[in-house]
Amino acid sequence: MSWRYGAEPVIDGVSVTALPGRVLGLIGPNGSGKTTLLRLLYGALRSPSGRITVDGRPLPSLTPRETALRLAVVVQETGGETALTVAEMVLLGRGPHLGTFQRTGRADHEIAARSLARVGATHLGPRPFGDLSGGERQRVLIARALAQQATHLLLDEPTNHLDIRYQHEVLGLVRGLGTCSVVVLHDLNLAARYCDDLVLLGEGGVVAAGSVGEVLDPAILEPVYGIGVKRVEHDGYLHLLFHPRGG
Amino acid sequence: MTTVLPEGRHDGVREPDALGIGAQRRRTVFWLVTLGAALVVTGVIAVGTGAVAIGPVTVARVIAHQAFGLGEVSWPAPAEAIVWQVRLPRVLLAMLVGAGLAVCGVALQAMVRNVLADPYLLGINSGASSGAAAAILFGAGAGFGRYALPASAFLGALAASLLVFLVARSGGRVTSVRLLLAGVAVGYALYAATSFLIFASGSAEGARSVMFWLLGSLGPARWDALLAVAAIVIGGTIAGLTVTGRRLDALAVGDETAHTLGLSPDRFRLRLLVMVSLCVGVLVSAAGSIGFVGLVVPHLARRLVGAPHVRVVPVAALLGAILLVAADVLARVALAPQEIPIGIITALLGAPFLLILIRRLQGGRP
Repeated sequence: MSWRYGAEPVIDGVSVTALPGRVLGLIGPNGSGKTTLLRLLYGALRSPSGRITVDGRPLPSLTPRETALRLAVVVQETGGETALTVAEMVLLGRGPHLGTFQRTGRADHEIAARSLARVGATHLGPRPFGDLSGGERQRVLIARALAQQATHLLLDEPTNHLDIRYQHEVLGLVRGLGTCSVVVLHDLNLAARYCDDLVLLGEGGVVAAGSVGEVLDPAILEPVYGIGVKRVEHDGYLHLLFHPRGG
Repeated sequence: MTTVLPEGRHDGVREPDALGIGAQRRRTVFWLVTLGAALVVTGVIAVGTGAVAIGPVTVARVIAHQAFGLGEVSWPAPAEAIVWQVRLPRVLLAMLVGAGLAVCGVALQAMVRNVLADPYLLGINSGASSGAAAAILFGAGAGFGRYALPASAFLGALAASLLVFLVARSGGRVTSVRLLLAGVAVGYALYAATSFLIFASGSAEGARSVMFWLLGSLGPARWDALLAVAAIVIGGTIAGLTVTGRRLDALAVGDETAHTLGLSPDRFRLRLLVMVSLCVGVLVSAAGSIGFVGLVVPHLARRLVGAPHVRVVPVAALLGAILLVAADVLARVALAPQEIPIGIITALLGAPFLLILIRRLQGGRP
């Protein structure tokens, strides 16, 4: 299975492949096109020259609903003005599974409850979504994506607004799913710990792609981010330390 | 992290309604039944109220006799004529118009994600008004005979919504903001056009009757094709919006969210716009322009049953129907034998509500 696409102004001639059961991280400095790339992947943007295939089928050949059954996406749009409760928000994720005249049943409710439990937000169920803090909202949106039970999970900076503990819990959760996932991440140390493969974007193109160990190489990172990088290993994980260049 | 809900723990020990879904459904059923009953009672009282008061029992028996051939005739013939020929069609039209305005308001608020949206925001009302003014002042649509006024109002409404749609679409995508702005712009332009028509005609009598029509009236209601069309279109809109409730929920959260949940937001919004335009066009042509119902009722409905549209749409329809029937009684009775345009009543009721809403908005959530 592969995702590919071609030229786009922000992003040029990029080819990306996410492998089954692995977590692919998209990293890069601000404005390098991480989010654009992700939006292309789930079809919110269409690249005329691009080609995206999901499970061997070209994305444009899928109906929106078929797409939603394959790709669950956690976007940065929070929908904070909605008056829906948390439970109702999570149940929206069951929508693609239901027929037009079908209402949510007990099975859907249990899936929603389990999804909320997995992000540690069971207690939020009856509360209005609009009353939640940023971090709580993020967890609920991830629960909605889980309730969607798609074969692929795409997340756009899912750790935004989260406390350090939930940053690790959320990414640990994504990793534990064993679902083919693509995550846009800002924090390189989180990427180091929770991703299998990384694509480093810069200047509208792929600077490096490969396993975490290959991409998180100070020689590659330093020119892209313009900062000094030192790589250490601790407890079997990679850690990056940063220092201003020439400082 | 592990799953917190272990398997096999739902066997009666713990009712799996931690999400509050069952409670919400029971609450919705309660309100649907209560409001349904309230609508019937209000309707019967409304039919009995007027220059000639008729008791609710007689009203119910006349309707049962006429509609289903039940019971023996034991009432004076004029009472039957008043109930069946004059007041019942009017009350039914009030129900239809109220329900239609309310659900169109619900759809629009979801569509443009703005709690202050209502059917008039799209400029459809202004289009209908221009059409009506053209009919009254210059005899436009004379070919439609006694349906000239509603027909040209409907055509005006349709033209306005097409214009709004084309303007909103000119940039390629029909977004919420674009739709909103296009509606406001077209609305103002057509409002100017109506004023110009009134000014150009130089007829004081014509101007008066346009003004009266613009303020809304259920007076012309008869058992005729218009009532049937209104019933079909408005009934269809309510059913259609209820069925698409889940999609409205997703759209109300955001375009990006709707997209990731398997909707194409642009196309869905377009379909909604066509549905709402048709509905508003029909009801404005039937009853003139009646404001505030589409704005106020959705909020009341959400207060009763929460935000999901599967529940909000039918509840709003019932609430809107009750509200307009009651407002029409007030319009008939308050200054009897003179009749107040119903738009004045709804505005008097709606404006304070709008002020409360604005205060709430400042406090944070709608």
